[in-house]
Amino acid sequence: MTNEPMTELNRTLAPDFKAIDNITLIRPEHKTLGNGCNIYCFNSGDQELVRIEWVFNNLRFNPAKPLLNMAVNTMLTEGTNTLTAAQIADKIDFYGAFLQVDYGYENSQVTLYSLNKHLHQTLPVIADLLTNSVFPEKELETFKRNQQQKLQVSLQKNDIVARRDFNKAIYGNTIYGLGASFDNYKSLQRDDLAAHYKLQYQPSNCSIIIAGKVDATALALITDTFDKGWTNGPITADTTQPELQAAAERFYFTEKSDALQSAIRIGTPTINRNHPDFQALQVLNTVYGGYFGSRLMTNIREDKGYTYGIGSGLGSFKQGGSFFIATEVGADVCKAAVTEIEKELNILKTDLVPAEELSLVRNYMLGSLLGSLENVFSHADKFKSIYFAGLDYDYYDRYADTVKNITSDKLIELANQYFHFDEFYKVIVGKY
Amino acid sequence: MVKFNRFTLDNGLRVIVHEDNTTPMAVLNILYDVGARDENPEQTGFAHLFEHLMFGGSVNIPSYDEPLQRVGGENNAFTSNDITNYYITLPSANIETAFWLESDRMLSLAFSEKSLEVQRNVVIEEFKQRYLNQPYGDVWLKLRPLVYKEHSYKWATIGKTIKHIEDARIEDVKAFFKKHYTPQNAIMVVGGDVNLEQVKQLAEKWFGPIPAGEKYHRNLPQEPEQHDERRETVTAKVPLNDVYIAFQMGARLDDDYYAVELLSDILSRGNSSRLYRSLVQDRQIFSEVHAYITSSLDKGMFVLEGKPLENVSIEQAEAALWEELEKVKTEAIPADELTKVQNKTESTMVFSEMSLLDKAMNLASFELLGDADQLNYETEKYLAVTAAQIKEVANNIFRKDNSSTLIYLAEQTELV
Repeated sequence: MTNEPMTELNRTLAPDFKAIDNITLIRPEHKTLGNGCNIYCFNSGDQELVRIEWVFNNLRFNPAKPLLNMAVNTMLTEGTNTLTAAQIADKIDFYGAFLQVDYGYENSQVTLYSLNKHLHQTLPVIADLLTNSVFPEKELETFKRNQQQKLQVSLQKNDIVARRDFNKAIYGNTIYGLGASFDNYKSLQRDDLAAHYKLQYQPSNCSIIIAGKVDATALALITDTFDKGWTNGPITADTTQPELQAAAERFYFTEKSDALQSAIRIGTPTINRNHPDFQALQVLNTVYGGYFGSRLMTNIREDKGYTYGIGSGLGSFKQGGSFFIATEVGADVCKAAVTEIEKELNILKTDLVPAEELSLVRNYMLGSLLGSLENVFSHADKFKSIYFAGLDYDYYDRYADTVKNITSDKLIELANQYFHFDEFYKVIVGKY
Repeated sequence: MVKFNRFTLDNGLRVIVHEDNTTPMAVLNILYDVGARDENPEQTGFAHLFEHLMFGGSVNIPSYDEPLQRVGGENNAFTSNDITNYYITLPSANIETAFWLESDRMLSLAFSEKSLEVQRNVVIEEFKQRYLNQPYGDVWLKLRPLVYKEHSYKWATIGKTIKHIEDARIEDVKAFFKKHYTPQNAIMVVGGDVNLEQVKQLAEKWFGPIPAGEKYHRNLPQEPEQHDERRETVTAKVPLNDVYIAFQMGARLDDDYYAVELLSDILSRGNSSRLYRSLVQDRQIFSEVHAYITSSLDKGMFVLEGKPLENVSIEQAEAALWEELEKVKTEAIPADELTKVQNKTESTMVFSEMSLLDKAMNLASFELLGDADQLNYETEKYLAVTAAQIKEVANNIFRKDNSSTLIYLAEQTELV
């Protein structure tokens, strides 16, 4: 027997590694203003900057006027009774700040990124948007026209058409199932926007989430600006959402005769974040299609080369959730890809996930969670996910606990309980 | 201010260490000084195809992704016309796994036929998904050869044609690796919850034994100055007409680069910018309009793009763009407007320090440009630009005989 020289490096052996056991989340300071607005504050970081989000629950979906939540939010930067759109943009840009408006199914928000030294100049602009927006007629016409042009481009993209058809099928005539039409844009009226704005953008319907270097001076400035002079109207906003209504028809095919690729979207309504099985289903989803090394990627991209990318995901909303698979594949292999998607799903129902694969997925998911906490903004994002779902920080403890301890037996049980490919909604745009 | 230390291994690998102990994560970023510009004109798309093959197993490690995911890490990569960049983020306690994986693939790949065959298919699907099966997806396949006649920027990173991808052989792959994937052709940045001594020790251990290889000397044909107005019109299955006007501009290291970038900001950054305000809001010529630069290491492109409204002719749309360009060439830029774009650039630099990966990539890019420390002097270079300099670069760039215009005409079809 001879001794290996010390300098010989064995490159076939992986270095030792440590499992992640401790993930610490920063929790916010909370205060409620006199007008009912809730402030959550994450004070951390070295850079002299802050991100401030004003988040409003959307009003209950009105099928007769389906775009109001979106149109009101998008047009907040288009003029107030003291500032024109141009003046708003000038002020924000001059101070090197960034102003964004974003809307989702359930919330709409205004976000300001600002250096602390310029908050005196930038905060009053936001206060003006939230209290004095006027939705000028000319800007509304421009908005309607430009959105319709964008829609024309979107409708030429197979993946977008597939997503619209899929959402319509599984969520029905709700804000989640809405695929905006040209007529929806044409019928937008200034008076409707103004009325919607008054109801939705009230302090009692607002949560302010601050992240960054929020010292006492900055916090006092924010509190002052959004407490005094910002009052609620006479009517409280109705922010409940109608029940999801999945369609009876489960197969949708839109033929595009010249398509080089087909977009595929397959899935089903399922449980949401509030259900005790949700975290376990996230593990199962990760195994199946939730990361680069997933079964779908390994088989359909890395083994067959049918696609540039394929994945699966879970959506979670107030009224329910969804599970879906999405990809774009070569038009000639579309049927074969659907067969493989089904095959991989069924394997989850019959074969135990091998211990080695499950341990990899556990570590991957915990590493992702840790890696998603890049800076103080990410801690605020983690808070938003639970806060707007009505959950507490226990959610993340349960998540880490489930990821560490779930068994292969439990995963098979879940797959059999939640995944029935025959009942899945299937949308194909392209060739089939 | 991004602080760092750097050292070079005997085999020529440059290493930069950025300690940031506010995070429990670490990042390992490797930039290889090779991009689509280094390809053979008959084998385009190769640098990018090669990036895919880098994930197909290395000489001692059959799977790249799996061991990384096992330690809680994630990775990705991108290829541009200038560089190929690979990065890993993982819990800092497991940083050695990143050294192990990256050093083995710098040592040698597995060069498996199966991996080549599959990645050829994956890249062909990427070609279709991003360039052919999208409205306007092929714009760079058309615009680049209009702007560049000599320089290898005339093809896109995906390649000139799918045929070049289909024809790639394993011998070509091996030759490309030998030529470009050497320690002296790479810059490694290790950042996050790490320390200099630890990184030195790990770099020596894993990368130190890799042979230096031969130095690649780049000798690309340079693009001559343009003195002819170029134009191409295509009719395509797109929903709306679209106008592109591209100009040749200087290289990233040219002195006037900062003035040119601020010029593009004045024209098109944010809703207070000139093109948006004048051509979308006031005059209602376009539904959207943009201006941007390519920041290339060799002679770059300054691009204007806009989709005219349906009642606006292509001629009117082009004329309106040129009127804005004439204004910036002839009229003085107001002091407030210059301050505005400078302030925006300054705060963008501060915000980018919130991201560990951004800092690591920036350090690698600046080291490639000559000195990582220049990252910390960027802001002052933008702040030093004067209104007169911006006007001067506008006059140099925005000439008809320096323009390449590409028009998409929408084939008449009924609306969905």
